[in-house]
Amino acid sequence: MVTGAETMSTYRIQGATGEWEVVIGLEVHAQVTSNAKLFSGASTAFGAEPNTQVSLIDAAMPGMLPVPNRECIRQAVRTGMAIEAEINRWSRFDRKNYFYADLPQGYQISQLYHPLVGEGQLLIEADEKAGISQDKVIGIERIHVEQDAGKLMHDQHPTMSYVDLNRCGVALMEIVSRPDMRSPAEAGAYVRKLRTILRYVGSCDGNMEEGSMRADVNVSVRRPGEEFGTRTETKNVNSVRFVMQTIEHEARRQVDLIEDGGTVVQETRLFDPNTGTTRSMRSKEDAHDYRYFPDPDLLPLELDDAFLEECRASLPELPDAKRARYVGELGLSDYNAAVLTAEVETFARFETLLAETAKRLGKGEKDVATQVANWSLSVAPGVMNALGDEANPAHATAEAQAVILQMQAAGEISGGQAKEIFEIVLKTGREPAEIAETEGLKQQSDTGAIEAEIDKVLAANADKVEEYRGGKDKLFGFFVGQTMKAMQGKANPAVVNELLKAKLG
Amino acid sequence: MTELTELGVKAIRDGVAAGDFTAREVAEAHNVAVAAAGELNAFIVTTPDHALAAAEKVDADRAAGKQLGAMAGVPIGMKDLFATQGVQTTAASHILEGFTPEYESTVSQNLWNAGAGMLGKLNLDQFAMGSSNETSYFGNVISPWRRKGADGFGGNADLAPGGSSGGSSAVVAARIAPAATGTDTGGSIRQPAAFTGICGIKPTYGRCSRWGVVAFASSLDQAGPMARSVEDCAIMLGAMAGFDPKDSTSLDLPVPEWEANLSADLRGKKVGIPKEYRMEGTDPEILESWERGKEWLRDAGAEVVDISLPHTKYALPAYYIIAPAEASSNLARYDGVRYGLRELPNGAGLQDMYAATRAEGFGDEVKRRILIGTYVLSAGFYDAYYNQAQRVRTLIARDFEKAWAQCDVILAPTTPTAAFALGDKMDDPLAMYLNDVFAVPASLAGLPAMSVPAMLNGEGLPLGLQLIGKAFDEQGVLNAGLAIQQRAGFDAKPEKWW
Repeated sequence: MVTGAETMSTYRIQGATGEWEVVIGLEVHAQVTSNAKLFSGASTAFGAEPNTQVSLIDAAMPGMLPVPNRECIRQAVRTGMAIEAEINRWSRFDRKNYFYADLPQGYQISQLYHPLVGEGQLLIEADEKAGISQDKVIGIERIHVEQDAGKLMHDQHPTMSYVDLNRCGVALMEIVSRPDMRSPAEAGAYVRKLRTILRYVGSCDGNMEEGSMRADVNVSVRRPGEEFGTRTETKNVNSVRFVMQTIEHEARRQVDLIEDGGTVVQETRLFDPNTGTTRSMRSKEDAHDYRYFPDPDLLPLELDDAFLEECRASLPELPDAKRARYVGELGLSDYNAAVLTAEVETFARFETLLAETAKRLGKGEKDVATQVANWSLSVAPGVMNALGDEANPAHATAEAQAVILQMQAAGEISGGQAKEIFEIVLKTGREPAEIAETEGLKQQSDTGAIEAEIDKVLAANADKVEEYRGGKDKLFGFFVGQTMKAMQGKANPAVVNELLKAKLG
Repeated sequence: MTELTELGVKAIRDGVAAGDFTAREVAEAHNVAVAAAGELNAFIVTTPDHALAAAEKVDADRAAGKQLGAMAGVPIGMKDLFATQGVQTTAASHILEGFTPEYESTVSQNLWNAGAGMLGKLNLDQFAMGSSNETSYFGNVISPWRRKGADGFGGNADLAPGGSSGGSSAVVAARIAPAATGTDTGGSIRQPAAFTGICGIKPTYGRCSRWGVVAFASSLDQAGPMARSVEDCAIMLGAMAGFDPKDSTSLDLPVPEWEANLSADLRGKKVGIPKEYRMEGTDPEILESWERGKEWLRDAGAEVVDISLPHTKYALPAYYIIAPAEASSNLARYDGVRYGLRELPNGAGLQDMYAATRAEGFGDEVKRRILIGTYVLSAGFYDAYYNQAQRVRTLIARDFEKAWAQCDVILAPTTPTAAFALGDKMDDPLAMYLNDVFAVPASLAGLPAMSVPAMLNGEGLPLGLQLIGKAFDEQGVLNAGLAIQQRAGFDAKPEKWW
């Protein structure tokens, strides 16, 4: 594992004059999961009719005052704890002043001077295919909370713009990384991992399409090992793929510019998803003077031990810990553990099924983990995908699946039968046990019946029996096949094997 | 009925409760006085129906044997900085002309809950920025007071009622309202009270909710009562104050029983006399009133001690950085987008609309302060101005902290001069700002401070004395004020000319 500056990335931009390294820092804005806005009681639900979720405070009516929403602060603190960050017991809100029609107060309440969360870090995992040769720790400088702005709508009227203030005042966490990333892949991995952590913690739904998470991408280039170059900041990039495209385009643009004798200017840029390119929005000279100062309507935020204790106690098992436990305690492969822990829904389904299966089988979770993992990651998705729209995912209850796994483990059904039963479950919602019974999807474990068939097979193939006994071991498979065929494939292979071995001596 | 307008808050409340007269009679008498006082230009809008409705409710409650509130039957003036539901609220600015809130400020709601009614919305300096009530878009308020001419006749110059609560001071002094709300950011209750011979108290910062009060400088703005006696101030402050979860800076403390605990017996109390308030250029008559004040407090049993507030001279400059800085941000919301004035010149874009709206909507003084505030917060100046001013503010608060080791309450003049004529200082903002030199330190420190009338000067104009108390000790301030009131025997009132 490497940290921050001691990067081992080998990602290079090939320029006309040699190799260049790209340096990336990300500021991720994550909408805090909360029913109410950061400083007002208005609702935060996405997709409501314009201006239906606006309080007097959000509309900045005269004399209105902000009151911090404790739940938003709590979520930001829990997020800070999840990235092992320093939590500042004393923080303060500042006003960032600028005029725009989507900003009714004429200022955004943010935290410049004393953020809620200080230094933290996040681990991105090695991914050979993506060119990330080993695990790497990305530094996080800070997390502060701030208000989101409203939304301008330019397509509602030929000459006027409309303003929707529903989003205005919604709580955001701004998560600022160190400039520790050295390739688009690392940046992509960082955003994905951050999203995973946020979703684990429950502090942000991570929905990039709805704008719940968006990134400002800071990019500069330099000769490997030299000082940082001048950076540009591309605003509001709203998918992992676009973040990577932004970096690729921006790095190439900067290299070409420098190699052509130009210089990179510090500026704010916009990403165009249609072309995959960035363009200048405003240069440093045009930058706003935000006139930050402490918001006099708000007292400093002071967090006591009880509050912090509750935040910590309410944290779930986090992705890195969970992954390590899946490998170390459940005995899963690195790959399976990584896939199962990437998404909250995935591990939640897995853990429910695991618990249900272990209970039904009367075994420890680690004894059935591999079976459940294989079922969850390959068997069940395979059946679902094959069925497509015919499958009703609501029928895929943990109970139904656990019953199937239980029957399989008990030797009552074969792997193939398990799939067939699950297919019917998905289509109809019928009980697995009933399906196995009714549809004849059970394998024969009755030794008497199997023995009778074996005797017939051996009698009919006396010559082969001689050969086998003469040392032609490979014929064992032949006898198994014949027996299974005679049983229409419904015999329990383990029983067949056992009985055959006994008979053949 | 004219005598009803001579009554103060306590007398009206007690008289209504005793059945000596009805609340409706009180409201009607005051409505008549309001209607007759147009020349003072003290009201931006009058609300006689509000006063009558409140009075009728009180009378009905009394008839039904219900418990009456602390302000039951008292019609008051409401400074037009408080949002009043369904009644235009302008902050005396063109930019809010016609704005009618759908909400009621916490303080005004508290007063209505206590049984008060509203005579009208009172004129003020625009966005409470001013010391003479000459910055209102709706015209100057004219003080009911006139100078006594050398010939024994009244001088004719229109005098300033003080500011920013100039409408409030004028109507209370002129017996048009028994009391009015004020707000004090850097003296806006105390200075007008002193100019018009009435009482006014700015409580500890956070006592009265700022929710629904149009903001000037959030860290300084504080509402308070203006009335003709210390008792009336105590009663009305009790009705206005209280914790408000909608204001993060509101004090989460019970409201003390100020009225019940009034006492002019100051034995065992120490009164501090800050030497730094003896400034060059202070009117000799002001100094004389100060001397009398000391004597009165000694007479009430207090020990008078000299104290030092060494950073006093930095208070005014610090105030004129901090208050405009906050104002420049607080007033950004008046942009023509959602309410109030919108100026949209032909072909104008968003920036043009902002510029045109704000150019048209704000008065000169407001613009001056927005510019100052924007400047002191700008990159490169922030440390030298805003941060430095905040450090000064801390030092001033520390000055007071140290002083409390030596005394319980501080006595000082409220203003360096008596009321001046309208127009006298409008061309010289610095001279105007100097009016608040004695008022501003207590504002910066968030301390309770009150002005009580002491005497008339040679021109027949009132002079006020200021009492500054420890944080949360409004009682100490009121009690010292009561001791002065009892000994000053101030009963002068303006001759009616309007």
